[in-house]
Amino acid sequence: MADAAHLPDEAETRARWGNFAWTEANSTKQTEIIGRYPPGRQHSAILPLLDLAQRQVGAETNTQGWLPVPVIEYVARQIDMPYIRALEVATFYTMFNLAPVGRFHVQVCGTTPCMLRGSDDVFQACKDKGLKKGHTTADGLFTLSEVECMGTCANAPMVQINDDNYEDLTYESTAAILDALAKGETPKPGPQVDRQTCAPIGGPSSLKEMVTENYDYRGQW
Amino acid sequence: MAIEDKDRIFTNVYGYQPWNIDAAMKRGDWDNTKALLEKGQDAIIEEIKSSNLRGRGGAGFPTGMKWSFMPKEPKPGKPSFLLINADESEPGSCKDREIIRHDPHKLVEGALVAGYAMRARAAYIYIRGEFVREAETLFAAVAEAYAKGFLGKNACGSGYDFDVFVHRGAGAYICGEETAQIESLEGKKGQPRLKPPFPAGAGLYGCPTTVNNVESIAVAPTILRRGASWFTQFGRDNNKGTKLFQISGHVNKPCVVEEAMSIPFRELIERHAGGVRGGWDNLLAVIPGGSSVPLVPAAQIMDAPMDFDGLRDLKSGLGTAAVIVMDKSTDVVRAISRLSYFYKHESCGQCTPCREGTGWMWRVMERLRTGDADISEIDMLEDVTRQVEGHTICALGDAAAWPIQGLIRHFRPELERRINERKGGMLEAAE
Repeated sequence: MADAAHLPDEAETRARWGNFAWTEANSTKQTEIIGRYPPGRQHSAILPLLDLAQRQVGAETNTQGWLPVPVIEYVARQIDMPYIRALEVATFYTMFNLAPVGRFHVQVCGTTPCMLRGSDDVFQACKDKGLKKGHTTADGLFTLSEVECMGTCANAPMVQINDDNYEDLTYESTAAILDALAKGETPKPGPQVDRQTCAPIGGPSSLKEMVTENYDYRGQW
Repeated sequence: MAIEDKDRIFTNVYGYQPWNIDAAMKRGDWDNTKALLEKGQDAIIEEIKSSNLRGRGGAGFPTGMKWSFMPKEPKPGKPSFLLINADESEPGSCKDREIIRHDPHKLVEGALVAGYAMRARAAYIYIRGEFVREAETLFAAVAEAYAKGFLGKNACGSGYDFDVFVHRGAGAYICGEETAQIESLEGKKGQPRLKPPFPAGAGLYGCPTTVNNVESIAVAPTILRRGASWFTQFGRDNNKGTKLFQISGHVNKPCVVEEAMSIPFRELIERHAGGVRGGWDNLLAVIPGGSSVPLVPAAQIMDAPMDFDGLRDLKSGLGTAAVIVMDKSTDVVRAISRLSYFYKHESCGQCTPCREGTGWMWRVMERLRTGDADISEIDMLEDVTRQVEGHTICALGDAAAWPIQGLIRHFRPELERRINERKGGMLEAAE
């Protein structure tokens, strides 16, 4: 628990977020989400609804959002779930932020496949740009987290920043991405080397017809 | 031994071409799906059984047999569900992501075919929360299929009603375990359930449920179109078919590639991954199936067939076919210790041996990494892994134990060297 988030003061949180309610768009979205589950099974919607709430908090604060206690209470009320069960869920899943984060949530994968391909360099680049694990920079721009395997191992090492992946990183390309974000630019997500998604560098070793046309292999069956 | 492009199922795995339904149909997806369904439910299950398809999520359980456990006549008020496991989080694995973002219609069509065969009312696709863009694609692909009348009431004109829903997770490795995934989908913490009852008896909302990996479902329509005998051409007995291999680590060209099962390790790496970094003499060890399986030293893996049984014979496993290659520059103790940290981080905290054991094992691994330990602690660690293994509700405890057991089995001299060197250094300093 040593690296657990430091929870903000509850009175302040209540003063700021006590009146949280869905925006009109998110209220519609909630109806759509609950409709995915059978009648009476609206508890199933807790994960998507907490995610929606975190995104709304993010939009209101120009950050990646977090889940203040009154917001969790609000979401729980929407689906008739006891607050404690909703809190349990919010604390169990790592994608829910229990404390505020910056405008860019820099989530560097440090698990073995990324480690083997140089995630140490990615962390070093973050450090040299003033980012510190578990902290938000003073200007509120960057929060750095080390995360566990993100399922992008053939494009390791990688970082997920907000909703986008940046893959095949080096020290230099990581630093360049952080610089670009700080300047308000949007770097191109995906592999940062000359490479098509998860194909081998230098071109695919199979399915070469697909490179230039939507080839139908059924003619050869 | 290697397969030809015409026998590859996931032809758009690299995403050179659009994923959308029109492009996918030109590649052969949704081609007269009605005819596939008209084969009948039992015939579909029989075909999958005889194709010898084994589950692609890691355990390798025969897929057709799993489907056959579902009730033939659902009880009123107890509809059956298909739950598709897209919570891909096993370190090394990155195949389901490629299917979902580049060939999602193979999965969506498979959901209908498999769901129909097991007489399910609906399918939920549980996709890991971190796959934000991938989920966007999947939501859109499902919507496309509805718009064409392929899903929903009278799906594909078959007279069968079938719905597909996408559900996003929120960052928990354990939700890849089938009963934890069901708990999570019901809106709870993802903590595995005791079995029995098995999900086929009482799963999602207490109803009969089958949980299948993305790849197992996505290959089903192609198997039905081309026949079980086509699928069984590839691979050795009991290990049939094609498989997406995910090659990461110290190779010249890491990639994801579909190959025949049982392809020898050396051929797989040479043909698709550009060889081992620094040449074959520079190979140290390989984790052949994702972080949960023990590593295999270079000499044993080089010519081994990459399949369930071949790797089991090496006391490892095929798992998800996530091949993590380590060359001689690797700090192998650190590599495994980092996996121990992963399991400590991801333990759901339900069973004491796992909750306490994963942390304990990681701390000892960290001391072994620096040599700050006693020789006897190697055996003690091995003993503790045996205390965790098999003493927990789910397999996460086993998965945390196996990589360490593999390390001790193959790299004990390295562990001892570190301890002795550090001791020697301490003695010198004392003098």
